[in-house]
Amino acid sequence: MEATQATPVKYDMDVVRWFTIMSCVYAVVGTLIGVYVASELAWPFLNFDIPEITFGRLRPLHTNAVIFAFGGCVLMGTGYYIVQRTGATKLWSNGLAWFTFWGWNLIIVMAVITLPLGMSSGKEYAELPWWVDIMIAVVWVAFGLNHIMTTAIRKTSHIYVSNWFTMGMIVMITYLHVVNSMAIPVDMATAFSIYSGVQDAMIQWWWGHNAVGFYLTGGFLGIMYYFIPKQAGRPVFSYRLSVLHFWTLTFGYVWLGAHHLQYTALPDWTGSLGAAISLAMIIPSWGGAMNGMMTLSGAWDKLRTDYIMRFLVTAMAFYAMSTFDGPVMAIKTVNALSHYTDWTVGHVHAGALGWMSMISFGAIYHMVKKLWNTEMYSEKLVNVHFWVALIGATTYVVAMWVSGIMQGLMWRDYDEFGTLTYTFVESVSAMHPYYVMRAVGGAIFNLGTWIMLYNVVMTVRQANAARGVNAVPAKA
Amino acid sequence: MSDHDKIYSTKLQDKIERNTLLMFVLTAIAVAVGGIVEIVPLFYLPNTGMASADGTYNNTSHKDLQGNPIPMDKIIWNPATSQHKTLDEWQPGDGVRPYKPLELAGRTVYIREGCFLCHSQMIRPFRDEKDRYGHYSIAEESMYDHTYQWGSKRTGPDIARVGGKYSDEWHRKHLKYPRDVVPESVMPNFFFLENNPVDVVKLTKTMEVMTQMPFNPVPKSIYTDAVIAGAKGEVAGKTEMDAVIAFLQSLGNHVKFEEGVNYRD
Repeated sequence: MEATQATPVKYDMDVVRWFTIMSCVYAVVGTLIGVYVASELAWPFLNFDIPEITFGRLRPLHTNAVIFAFGGCVLMGTGYYIVQRTGATKLWSNGLAWFTFWGWNLIIVMAVITLPLGMSSGKEYAELPWWVDIMIAVVWVAFGLNHIMTTAIRKTSHIYVSNWFTMGMIVMITYLHVVNSMAIPVDMATAFSIYSGVQDAMIQWWWGHNAVGFYLTGGFLGIMYYFIPKQAGRPVFSYRLSVLHFWTLTFGYVWLGAHHLQYTALPDWTGSLGAAISLAMIIPSWGGAMNGMMTLSGAWDKLRTDYIMRFLVTAMAFYAMSTFDGPVMAIKTVNALSHYTDWTVGHVHAGALGWMSMISFGAIYHMVKKLWNTEMYSEKLVNVHFWVALIGATTYVVAMWVSGIMQGLMWRDYDEFGTLTYTFVESVSAMHPYYVMRAVGGAIFNLGTWIMLYNVVMTVRQANAARGVNAVPAKA
Repeated sequence: MSDHDKIYSTKLQDKIERNTLLMFVLTAIAVAVGGIVEIVPLFYLPNTGMASADGTYNNTSHKDLQGNPIPMDKIIWNPATSQHKTLDEWQPGDGVRPYKPLELAGRTVYIREGCFLCHSQMIRPFRDEKDRYGHYSIAEESMYDHTYQWGSKRTGPDIARVGGKYSDEWHRKHLKYPRDVVPESVMPNFFFLENNPVDVVKLTKTMEVMTQMPFNPVPKSIYTDAVIAGAKGEVAGKTEMDAVIAFLQSLGNHVKFEEGVNYRD
């Protein structure tokens, strides 16, 4: 995968180091806010009558923190890491890479300020105010340009598969973000979408599902295709499967957004089309999952000793599970039950905690060792983190699956007189035990991120001490 | 001959993998198709709640029980043909109308507080939803909802037809301290809305913005200059609490649905 070269290339890795450190920080922050908002639903007194921390304002901060702060830093960090090493070249522009680092972190600071103040655009997963949307567009395009130009100046003949997925993500997220964020501002806090009703709904879920498809899936598949082979010390199981995986996902995933709008006021064909393609997506998704898993064939014994490998392989298992769960939920009869319930929340977190976070944790540990040219401060803590993360994620997802299906069944239940069996609020109080369980699962998962942050910081300090530097790497 | 010249897949794929620009262009095309196919038709197909370019609404093909087309002004309020000519005269059943000033201010607060994260505004055509919430929602009902608020989750109940179901006083108590009225509720207390006066400057600007929208703007014949100028007086002394209640009370009773008519065709 990496070209053999006579003289080693001096890569631009300082910016990658900082993205890696910030990923660990945002993993802690993002999941901590998640635990808090989950607890607010279990124990509403936690809203404490403070407008800035009520569920409605804090929940967007949780989603933005995990998706854009944690996910974004992981994607940009690994993106810059992979594109250099697979192309045997330095970054096209190290300065532009630093611009994306500071720009992205500034956006995150803005999110922390604006969302609790209620500056919401009212679109799920795109709540940030219009002027932050502009900042996102600028920084994202800068990242895209830098990444694609680095691909263009590579010293190797072919573009490595990870960079295909990252390229797909860059293009699609640019489309989505620009089209979905179109709004007319009223003031700094408020802007209204130029679309309304049906059109706005379709564009929103075209954005919503493809942020999942290209950012949280495509981008992280790029990570998978690099770090699993590297960690296993074996080539990707099937190159042809990766070609199939890439093109079918790239073409097909785009269609899925409509499955969020079945039985709504949209014309029926839209939801049905979304459902049909969703089912078809099992094929590339499972092909990709198998491709990752089978890369380990002949080296399964590594799972006994290699804790990083445990993260990576578990991530593939969750990926396979989520990409089965998703298409099932897209079937119209299932969706009739699952839509509007916690099942959706469970599905999202199977992906976010089990797949996206696990593959990120594996990649982060792998990169920390390489970037600081050291062993982990504690391999044991990596293993502890793995088990804590797995238990936390499973607890969370199971709680939400059960509560979601229960909600759906309670809402549609009729008694022998032909009247609704349950009032709405009876379904709310029936959810309480599961909301507690979800908060506990989330807290366990959050504990794991603290362990990772501690382990990574200690590793960096240890490595720097060994080299006679006494701080985390300064900007070169 | 080096390994690098060997083709492992097809000639085309190999060519793409060697050429950054080619891969970029093909990827950019591949990811565009699905969105175009699903989104663009919703801007011109009937029954998607889209007004035509000249501002008149001509895009409905609902049919009554005899198979005759239902006139569009039965679904969408049209001051020109309705016996009720202004927003103040409008009566439930006259058809979908834009929000009155106080309601619009309430809707802005509703968005600010992230209410849509727990309350949907989209009733699906199922028996239980009809019994619980009312007639299923149709596209036209949210045509003036710039930044749609259908939601995706019902941690609380759907509110698409909550208008008129509870008294203003109930809403006030419930919004202030939900558990005083519904002990099992997990909704935050919104008592602080009573301390905030309606932001008049923001409201006036919002009304202007709604008339400037490229798609489904509020017609200037409804948000006339006089209506916009009058908003200030209309919300004088009102709090955000009053505004949110007015918004909630305005939801769901615009269209008079005929029994047995299929509005989803």
